[in-house]
Amino acid sequence: MARAISPQRKWLTTIAAWIVAIVIFFPVLWMVITSFKTEASAVAMPPQLFTASWTTENYADVWARSDYPRFFMNSVIIAVGSTLLGLAIAIPSAWAMAFVPGKRTKDLLMWMLSTKMMPAVAVMIPLVLAFQALGLFDTRIGLVLALMLMNLPIIIWMLYTYFKEIPAEILEAARMDGAGLWNEIVYVLTPMAIPGIASTMLLNVILAWNEAFWTITLTTTKAAPLSAFIASFSAPQGLFYAKLSAASTMAILPILILGWFSQKQLVRGLTFGAVK
Amino acid sequence: MTLSLRALLGATAIAAIGSAALAETTITVATVNNGDMIRMQGLMDDFNTKHPDIKVEWVTLEENVLRQNVTTDIATGGGQYDVMTIGTYEVPIWAKQNWLVSLNDLPASYDVEDILPAIRGGLTVDGQLYAAPFYGESSMVMYRKDLMEAAGLTMPDAPTWTDIEKFAAAMTNKDTGVYGVCLRGKAGWGENMAFLTAMSNSFGARWFDENWVAQFDQPEWKSTLDFYLNLMTNYGPPGASNNGFNENLTLFNQGKCGMWIDATVAASFVTGKDSTVAEHVGFALAPDNGLGKRGNWLWAWTLAIPASSQKQEAAKTFIDWATNKDYLALVAENEGWANVPPGTRTSLYMNEEYAKVPFAKMTLDSINSADPTNPSVKPVPYVGIQFVAIPEFSGMGTTVGEIFSAALAGQKTSDEALAEAQALVSDEMSAAGYIQ
Repeated sequence: MARAISPQRKWLTTIAAWIVAIVIFFPVLWMVITSFKTEASAVAMPPQLFTASWTTENYADVWARSDYPRFFMNSVIIAVGSTLLGLAIAIPSAWAMAFVPGKRTKDLLMWMLSTKMMPAVAVMIPLVLAFQALGLFDTRIGLVLALMLMNLPIIIWMLYTYFKEIPAEILEAARMDGAGLWNEIVYVLTPMAIPGIASTMLLNVILAWNEAFWTITLTTTKAAPLSAFIASFSAPQGLFYAKLSAASTMAILPILILGWFSQKQLVRGLTFGAVK
Repeated sequence: MTLSLRALLGATAIAAIGSAALAETTITVATVNNGDMIRMQGLMDDFNTKHPDIKVEWVTLEENVLRQNVTTDIATGGGQYDVMTIGTYEVPIWAKQNWLVSLNDLPASYDVEDILPAIRGGLTVDGQLYAAPFYGESSMVMYRKDLMEAAGLTMPDAPTWTDIEKFAAAMTNKDTGVYGVCLRGKAGWGENMAFLTAMSNSFGARWFDENWVAQFDQPEWKSTLDFYLNLMTNYGPPGASNNGFNENLTLFNQGKCGMWIDATVAASFVTGKDSTVAEHVGFALAPDNGLGKRGNWLWAWTLAIPASSQKQEAAKTFIDWATNKDYLALVAENEGWANVPPGTRTSLYMNEEYAKVPFAKMTLDSINSADPTNPSVKPVPYVGIQFVAIPEFSGMGTTVGEIFSAALAGQKTSDEALAEAQALVSDEMSAAGYIQ
């Protein structure tokens, strides 16, 4: 029987959770507020959370200076494209590893994960040369492929964890009922793993949306997404913090909204299998 | 209108659009985000009118990201960029690698001789001009005239480091949050090491002797670092080891600094609308120590064409437009003389209207007093005032910058910092083959 939680403990936990949430969210809040300040009040000393001179001028300047819709569309296509392509490869891979593991499956999983431990810059020159040779430099399809490959280990690992939670007996029953491999994956496994697939998909979209190293390195003008849009407002000489904040807010807003509306799904997916 | 006539008109229109598209050359310009570059993007209508056959696409990036991307592109022969914004540090190194296209064949109307000699010298390798300066800068003292007056002091046009220490002591009032002097402390070859390397020249120090032997174990570097640490510890703002250009600009504009020694380009910011002390700012040459060299640097953001570009003629046309005398006049006409990119052309400083800009003369004097080929008191085997124009410098400079920044933060003594710098630079130079 579950132990009852005292009201005091519940309150303490709630307060602690709020404090942690505020600490985590504060930089984002500060950025959004700064985006509505003048450049002078953005750097006022001592720093002020609120100002008397609110303005939307920064957003107008950023909009006028950059082709935001183009950057935005590139971000959408790259994030969604790399996620869908990654799932198409990861679902059968994770199925094989979860239900018909071989002797080296665990080693293979560890090896895939270990590729994420390598600093990205280590493969920069080979990847740039390959992209130039294949005509993929500064193309959306090139970035879809690059980000899919970068995130594939994480997608496979997450799906593998979800699939392992599904009783193998259900799949055996389906097989006994005459289901082939395709039908087994499409009609039995996938519907049961939809929460896991959805949270994997959301997490991957967020990772791809926020990726900055490759999206800036492998693009110039045509395929540059919102990470390049933000980078264009960073200035080493000159105080443009308010404009930089406005550009950053415009870049993260779509993904923030997506995350807000799908937070239940995300939390459910990320904590799946954590408690047994 | 008959069907055949409509078809004929339609075909003509399509052919016209098609031929225009065929004739148009698109060039990609990689640049940094600063006021002058953004202003140029706003004036592109003039270029488009004069050169309708050339379309310009911009890639604006943060300075370090831009360096990484253009270096990668040039080293791999990618040809993604047709015009690149690079600094005076990169130009001689890249030119020697045959990575840049010579600009010696720019039209006579470009008037290369009009480019300030100090700037032109830094962009010329073996008699070939490899980059066109978009704006140039040196460093100088920016100070609060009102605080100096209140302390009964007068800033000379050419102060010494002893003057600076005396003035800093007089203007510091920690109770009111006013600090006598604000200097760069943030680690980086282009941050604290730009300042300290330029400062060390005026103390007679140098990075290397004629045989590329590191010189951080020499008394001149000890004097430089001790003076800097003492000045900043006693009269600098708290947390100075985190302060770079933008942080010091913020402090100065908020009235927290009596003096700020930094890039001449800051003059337009500290006298601009975001400054609370705009009316009280005066300018003076960077300090010296009576040894014949001042602690000022020389830098220019330039436009260059990578050898990998497939559209070099269109790129040259763009560079000609963006850096010639007519462009300066165009900016003056649209944005006022104070917003003209400074520090590139002699003719600009002979213009009576530009002479009225309060920081114009001091900027020119500062640039003219800089000599990148003979930066220090003793002879050196390298070119560059606040940098050493060798490929290894950016990495070494940043690491030494981290060591000196730690000394400013009080984590190590000046002796420890200099010994570490000496060991590190000696190892690097041996590994790179400069020392056999």
